[in-house]
Amino acid sequence: MSLSDSFRSLTNGAKSVGGLGEKLAEQPRHVRWSAAGILIISLYLLPWWPEVPVLGWIVNTPGTSFTSVITDKVVIYVLVALGLNVVVGLAGLLDLGYVGFYAVGAYTVAILSSQHANLPWLLCLPIAVLVSMVAGVILGTPTLRLRGDYLAIVTLGFGEIIRITANNSEWLGGSRGISNIAKPPSIGPLEFGVLDAKPYYFLGLTIILVVIFLLRRLENSRVGRAWNAVREDEDAAELMGVPTFKFKLWAFAIGAAVGGLAGTLYAGKVGFINPSNFPLQLSILFLAAVVLGGNGNMWGAIVGGIVVAWMPERFRGFADKRVFVFGVALVLVMVFRPQGLIPRKIRRERWLANWKPGSTPSGSEASNV
Amino acid sequence: MSEPILKIDHVTMQFGGVTALNDVNFHIDKGEILGLIGPNGAGKTTCFNVMTGVYTATSGTVTFDGQSLAGLKRFQITKRGIARTFQNIRLFPDMTAVENVMVGADANHKTSVLGAMIGSPRHHAEERRGRERAMELLSFMGIADRAGDAARNLPYGYQRRLEIARALATDPKLLCLDEPAAGFTPAEKVELMDLIRKIRAQGYTVLLIEHDMSLVMGVTDRIVVLDFGKVIATGSPAEVQNNPDVIAAYLGVPDDAA
Repeated sequence: MSLSDSFRSLTNGAKSVGGLGEKLAEQPRHVRWSAAGILIISLYLLPWWPEVPVLGWIVNTPGTSFTSVITDKVVIYVLVALGLNVVVGLAGLLDLGYVGFYAVGAYTVAILSSQHANLPWLLCLPIAVLVSMVAGVILGTPTLRLRGDYLAIVTLGFGEIIRITANNSEWLGGSRGISNIAKPPSIGPLEFGVLDAKPYYFLGLTIILVVIFLLRRLENSRVGRAWNAVREDEDAAELMGVPTFKFKLWAFAIGAAVGGLAGTLYAGKVGFINPSNFPLQLSILFLAAVVLGGNGNMWGAIVGGIVVAWMPERFRGFADKRVFVFGVALVLVMVFRPQGLIPRKIRRERWLANWKPGSTPSGSEASNV
Repeated sequence: MSEPILKIDHVTMQFGGVTALNDVNFHIDKGEILGLIGPNGAGKTTCFNVMTGVYTATSGTVTFDGQSLAGLKRFQITKRGIARTFQNIRLFPDMTAVENVMVGADANHKTSVLGAMIGSPRHHAEERRGRERAMELLSFMGIADRAGDAARNLPYGYQRRLEIARALATDPKLLCLDEPAAGFTPAEKVELMDLIRKIRAQGYTVLLIEHDMSLVMGVTDRIVVLDFGKVIATGSPAEVQNNPDVIAAYLGVPDDAA
């Protein structure tokens, strides 16, 4: 009892954070903008958080460098969760092979910058995103006719196909993998080397912010509405004029592009990849991040990505039991908060509050419908 | 009034050994309210599903606005101008009422995914138009006061009307209502009859499937009666009401009360 109570209070804490967001949304524009500004600045200062007194003790990851945790794992997981949230959370397509797109992105950079050519990382980036997107379309075109469990199984197969192909193809480096992958170009004092991980974090955070901006645009458009409608009732959506196949394919392509982007970032940071970097387990963890955070809520997916990436590192003190602690935490969240830490909310249309019926009296006698 | 907007020609629909529609012929004139009635299992909803592309007819053709609908996808048929509601309500439950209607309005929008992503002028214009249209329709149906509520939280009567608003938002030439009055009280049915008349007055053609005889008789111009997948009578409400075949098949044992 006491355990469940204390856990409830913890999840209520998450709920009140959501409530805080709602309260913030009611504030005037300059308050909202400055709050966002402060948040973004403090996120850029994240590598120094462990030096802050109480906060530092909470976030720090004993036994591992905090900076490398946030660059190698948190940034990647958040980006991947954002992309997967489009596919699973918005369009409602269960994808169990998402690691495949992540691998396609990473391998594209590896091939173009080391294995078969010497292109700079910055040039590889758009190519890799494009290639991942094409991979999404190639996987989606035949499989998006399937629904539910069937789609999940086929995508599961896709993730494995990518990994096993890379493992067995010498052209892709085989099981030895590919090393000497190009690093992002240095920008002024930001040098992307091997010693200091901070520049990678700044780069990753910047990319995440851009992706959030673009995905939010999509969510608040006819595209987001179409994805929601497909998730809620695909047949009804189609009969209301939504070209469901086209929009499902777009969800897959955009999700794949973001996953591939995460892959390029990862490859650029570590400089060496091999097939064992892309196991099925990673697909499951990515999905866990989205579902744990709040399926269909972008902020939820971000929180989920942070938690899933950071928690196992935070609990390194438990040594070999840390995975167990992590597993128990996942189970507890799912038991007490099955809709996720920050669940999907009914979209409140801000314009609706100020809506004036205009010339149309509400109720009856509409003139020009 | 004489030009048919929809023609159903010798349509047969078989599911395995079951013949749900057997050589059905009828048409709908522009601007009329046509009632499609029949006992349970007569094939009314199947007929809707063939028209809207949910099923492909085993044989026969459906012609809409002078063009065959064969081979078109369901959303293409909607864009051509046939919109429908469902016998068992099928809204998007976790979306707000106004969003539900905007999905319908999006059927006429052309913003691309890229355009939405960069926030093109067309995107903003279409969003604004979609909102206005959605609010107009919600007011017209008398449910604008709950525009911001999730569809799942609306009362039953509101949900039925929201379905009609969503269908109207696609800007149809033909509106197909599948038992819109199911589960309504007599008072609500009278209101609904008024609404259907008002919808027709806006220039829409309406096809109405209905069980409730008083509603069908009160609001329709013409009635087609289906029984066991066959059209057994066509005509004005009065004609149909006195047709002995109809009375036998649908209204039960003929007596003076019928």
